[in-house]
Amino acid sequence: MPGKVFVGQSVQRLEDPDLLRGRGQFLDDLALPGMLEAAFVRSPFAHASFGRIDTAAAAAMPGVVAVLTAADLPAEMREKRILLQVPHPAITYPVTQMPLASHEVCFVGEAVAMVIADSRHRAEDAAEQVIVDWRPLPAVAHCLEALKPSAAPVHSAMKDNLAGRFTLAFGEVDAAFAAAPHVFSASYDTHRGTGHPMECRGVAAVYDVVGAGLRVWTSTQTPHNTQRGLVDMFDMAEDKVRVITPDVGGGFGPKNQVYPEEMMVPLAAKLLGRPVKWVEDRREHFLTTTQERDQVWEVSVAVDENGRILGLKGHLVHDAGAYLPWGIIMPYISASTLPGPYRVPSYRLEVSVAFTNMVATTPMRGAGRPQAVFVMERLVDLIARELALDPAAVRDRNFIAAADMPYSMGLTYRDGAPVIYDSGDYPEAQRRALAGAGYDDFKARQAAALAEGRYIGIGIGNYVEGTGLGPFEGATVRILSNGRVAIYTGATPAGQAHRTILAQICADQLGIDVAAVDVVLGDTGVMPRGAGTFASRITVNAGSSVQIAAGQVREKILALAAAKFGVAESDLELADGLVRITGAQGDSISFAELAKMTSGMPGYVLPQGVVPDLEASGYFTPAQATYSNGSHVAVVEVDPETGMVTIDDYVVVHDCGNVINPKLVDGQVQGGVVHGIGNALLERMVYDADANPLTTTFADYLMPTAEWAPKCRIIHMESPTPLNPLGVKGAGEGGTIPVPAAIVAAVENALAPFAVRLDSCPVTPQMIVEKVQAARQQESTP
Amino acid sequence: MSDAEMSDAEMTREIAFTVNGQPAALDVEERFSLADMLRHRLGLTGTHLGCEHGVCGACTVMVDGHAVRACLMLAVQVDGAAVTTVEGLADDDGRLSRLQQAFSDHHGLQCGFCTPGILMTLTEFLADHPAPAEDQLREALSGNICRCTGYQGIVDAVMDVLASPPPAGGAR
Amino acid sequence: MKAAPFRYHRAESLAEASAMLADLDNARLLSGGQSLMAMMNLRYVIVDHLIDLNPVREMAGVTSHDSYFEVGAMTRQRCLLNDDAVAAHSPIFRAALSYVGHLQTRNRGTVGGSLAHMDPAAELMGLAALTDAEITLTGPTGARRVAIADFPQGYMTPDIGFDEILTTVRFARWPAGHGWDFREFAQRHGDFAVVGVGSLLTLDSVGAIDRAAVVLIGVGDGPLRLVEVEALLTGVRPDTELFRAAGEAARHPAITGDALVSADYRRQLAAVMVRRSLTDAYRRARAAVGKEGGHV
Repeated sequence: MPGKVFVGQSVQRLEDPDLLRGRGQFLDDLALPGMLEAAFVRSPFAHASFGRIDTAAAAAMPGVVAVLTAADLPAEMREKRILLQVPHPAITYPVTQMPLASHEVCFVGEAVAMVIADSRHRAEDAAEQVIVDWRPLPAVAHCLEALKPSAAPVHSAMKDNLAGRFTLAFGEVDAAFAAAPHVFSASYDTHRGTGHPMECRGVAAVYDVVGAGLRVWTSTQTPHNTQRGLVDMFDMAEDKVRVITPDVGGGFGPKNQVYPEEMMVPLAAKLLGRPVKWVEDRREHFLTTTQERDQVWEVSVAVDENGRILGLKGHLVHDAGAYLPWGIIMPYISASTLPGPYRVPSYRLEVSVAFTNMVATTPMRGAGRPQAVFVMERLVDLIARELALDPAAVRDRNFIAAADMPYSMGLTYRDGAPVIYDSGDYPEAQRRALAGAGYDDFKARQAAALAEGRYIGIGIGNYVEGTGLGPFEGATVRILSNGRVAIYTGATPAGQAHRTILAQICADQLGIDVAAVDVVLGDTGVMPRGAGTFASRITVNAGSSVQIAAGQVREKILALAAAKFGVAESDLELADGLVRITGAQGDSISFAELAKMTSGMPGYVLPQGVVPDLEASGYFTPAQATYSNGSHVAVVEVDPETGMVTIDDYVVVHDCGNVINPKLVDGQVQGGVVHGIGNALLERMVYDADANPLTTTFADYLMPTAEWAPKCRIIHMESPTPLNPLGVKGAGEGGTIPVPAAIVAAVENALAPFAVRLDSCPVTPQMIVEKVQAARQQESTP
Repeated sequence: MSDAEMSDAEMTREIAFTVNGQPAALDVEERFSLADMLRHRLGLTGTHLGCEHGVCGACTVMVDGHAVRACLMLAVQVDGAAVTTVEGLADDDGRLSRLQQAFSDHHGLQCGFCTPGILMTLTEFLADHPAPAEDQLREALSGNICRCTGYQGIVDAVMDVLASPPPAGGAR
Repeated sequence: MKAAPFRYHRAESLAEASAMLADLDNARLLSGGQSLMAMMNLRYVIVDHLIDLNPVREMAGVTSHDSYFEVGAMTRQRCLLNDDAVAAHSPIFRAALSYVGHLQTRNRGTVGGSLAHMDPAAELMGLAALTDAEITLTGPTGARRVAIADFPQGYMTPDIGFDEILTTVRFARWPAGHGWDFREFAQRHGDFAVVGVGSLLTLDSVGAIDRAAVVLIGVGDGPLRLVEVEALLTGVRPDTELFRAAGEAARHPAITGDALVSADYRRQLAAVMVRRSLTDAYRRARAAVGKEGGHV
């Protein structure tokens, strides 16, 4: 049997030495001979039509090689829109962006022209000289406004702004509400921010005249999606389009898109016969890279006298922005996440998806889940408050028990499979989190603090997260003739250390050191099929594929060696890159020798049934998502006079099944929590009433800094899933998902003396002060 | 700018300075930022641009021993100066500095894009503060944004460097 | 986000810089560049000529005089922050400067550049207003001095002629043993303050406030000296009620809101922070008096 030397250990990252020495190769580090640089002319209006674009002055600027508008696109690309990534029957108007807008722009930043010059500086100089005959149109800046009958259309061609409508339901919800002793209702809203990887997007391309092929480098999470988009847009054979991902400086969801620039840069390279590069700057990132989290919820919960949930119903309005590159997947995830770890006997959520004149929303770390968890946890806190029960006790009463696993919720998940929680112990997770935060004596601490004039509070956020989405992520494991082991996979990392994780799994299967493994990823040229890095799916999918493929290579090694030495396979063992006969001084042969022999060595005859090469490919295809879970407890202090919130303590119980590398999981959780703190308290993408973005620099849009980062106390639970050979679940997003719920609950709890209710996030200092002042006024009014 | 002054060629200026101890001399575009020059004229692509408006800190390098934003300084301004970039931190034989090694030991980096700027900030900070308190360290880091790590690995790495005595004759 | 083209000029002396400024059309002076370069990268500012003052060594330095500190315009913010003589006498300088951006920007940013840029939240403008500073501007016909009260002409518009260079600033010294405090409200260290407060005060022999200066930054076009609050404090032996009343008096009608925060919220912050700032300044003044063995 293969050993377990590396899996489960905090193995040092293979990625680090180059990155620490400044030797990473990010997109903008690519310098090809004769390479030109691009800049885009972008709409200053949230909604406008336009007539003629005058490019003459720009084209005459120094260093300018070409200025392209939609009129310059080749016939096969005219009026063509980028491939919709996730079609769905509920979509009413499946509109995605064109490579360049041809007659109408629907958000600030939408591109109408592209300038290609000998430097980015000069491309920007010329972009300012492009004259566009703008005709501004009314713009819609909020999803609720968008759905009013009087709303102006977001796209002139549409009769209304409804992008899609659907209902998720199970059980007898109306009967449950009719019979329930208590019904509580509330509305909640959550706001836009974005992923903000420190590296913005970027694309470079070369057109190879001889091979009639495109080579495209792009800073993406999903090179295979980009390839599919290019194949569709250019109407080319897929073997003529190779998409390569260099080191990616963070993704967090928004790089999981096919963007217009990924069409235009290859087109320019093809038209001009020279390499072309475009590197997004931070202002462009604020305007054009997708965002997430604007949702408005109206929800009601029916409960019995003890706070047990009998039914849950409501309406969710989701802001899609101006386009639907990802269809309506996010509100779908929100709707299927809402019940979470709780036993909800009946459920009906109506969902309306609204277009607005803002940049499209697509999955960002958590992808619709932080909103749903925020709403559910706020509702549970509401039940506790209304029935004068302890919030933890209400949760405890409603948890799905460990003995109930696998638990079928009664819904269909985004992958088309039923939502069946595979494993996990939700009550125990909360119990450990509460114990970690000292929940039992918190009330006493809170009272003591209040006596000193300090307002401290505690809040809980529980979640269940569908992870490890299929359909597959393949891997090929090959032993090379020099004895090194190569893994080829469609996985595309952006900091998660896929190389290290996959090498750990492979090394244990083959009895070698992780240092002997090279992982080649993010290149459609070496791995023709892939889905990409999103939905916390790589360790589950690519990891399982590596496990399967490496296991097959191991079997092949044993079969070959058994034939060679004339012994049974059970008499052989793998160690240090050798296969040898068990026992002292046994014969052995190195992997390198076996690889040479099986790769076509003259005079060597392969045993019957053994195909050439010491190689195997695995395509693990999960039957359904695996469900990670966790429980967060936040302790905060609030200054009710200024609205400042400080985080005093943060405890995380995290269950992602078996852990391959604890240090890496801790890193994902810690980073995810800090991202969630941004969502809870700091990050707010503000638009004015005409849908002009107002927070377009890092001075206005507040990313969490080191002073905001608590040292999370992370407690691991491991509930292995039966759904994959590694027993693993996803870990990339769980850190973020329940943070707004836990922190906002803690802030509300700290402000309990003022009976303040918080129903939106982020919570800003001004909002806190206004709520406290309003509460004080109410108090002083008889 | 008047038409007479607008020519096809970018305005340039000759400068000479040292980078990571090596002399450099070139005719550089006057409007290039220090970061533009390091990256695109000298191929020192370890210095990254994250915002180009002076907030994120990814482009931090050292000029005459002080950490600066390379997006907010012109290349022509380092004429005569000594510039240190992330490429100058490890030994010539590739051995990581203690700080770099500690980053790897404590998972102080994920995607690695912000890492060079953070290393350069910390290089000056640690030279000036031999025994900082953790909140001082976090304040010093407030001019560098990292989206991946949640900063804890970075803080742990620095605390580890501070806790262990430097090797004889070795630099921090 | 690349700057539009310009010609770069390196000034080796003040005289040379003045001559360039007089000769060149649409020229701008470059000092620390920590705001200007960002605005040029964003193309909010487009100039034909940039005159670099950084080589002008005569414009940098901090000197202590009996009644004032004189600071050269090209003194790096780091150098003023680290100046032990200034910090020993007037700790508020180090306290306020530690709020200026981050260590990387203080390494380049200059005292004069900050004053000339006149961001509404500039800590150095706040210190200047608090200490009744005097600014020296050098033009083709010589130098002129401007009182800080007359320096701001509007939003980010200081009283500097097109041919003038801000060369020095004199921050008046307060008597030894004065009470002081500087604090800001921002969600992150180094951000522009939503509201900042600086306070200075001295006590007389019976423990009453005999002089007070209070300034707000980040609340309008420029620093806002709260003369009504100062009048309220002067001659009074403080108690918590006095500082509460002072805070309430700090809800000044000139305080404005912006796209992200309301004027009312800023006024609330001003009230709270002025109260807290004065409380700490008074505590420090009493501690200093105690140390000198005077009246408490």
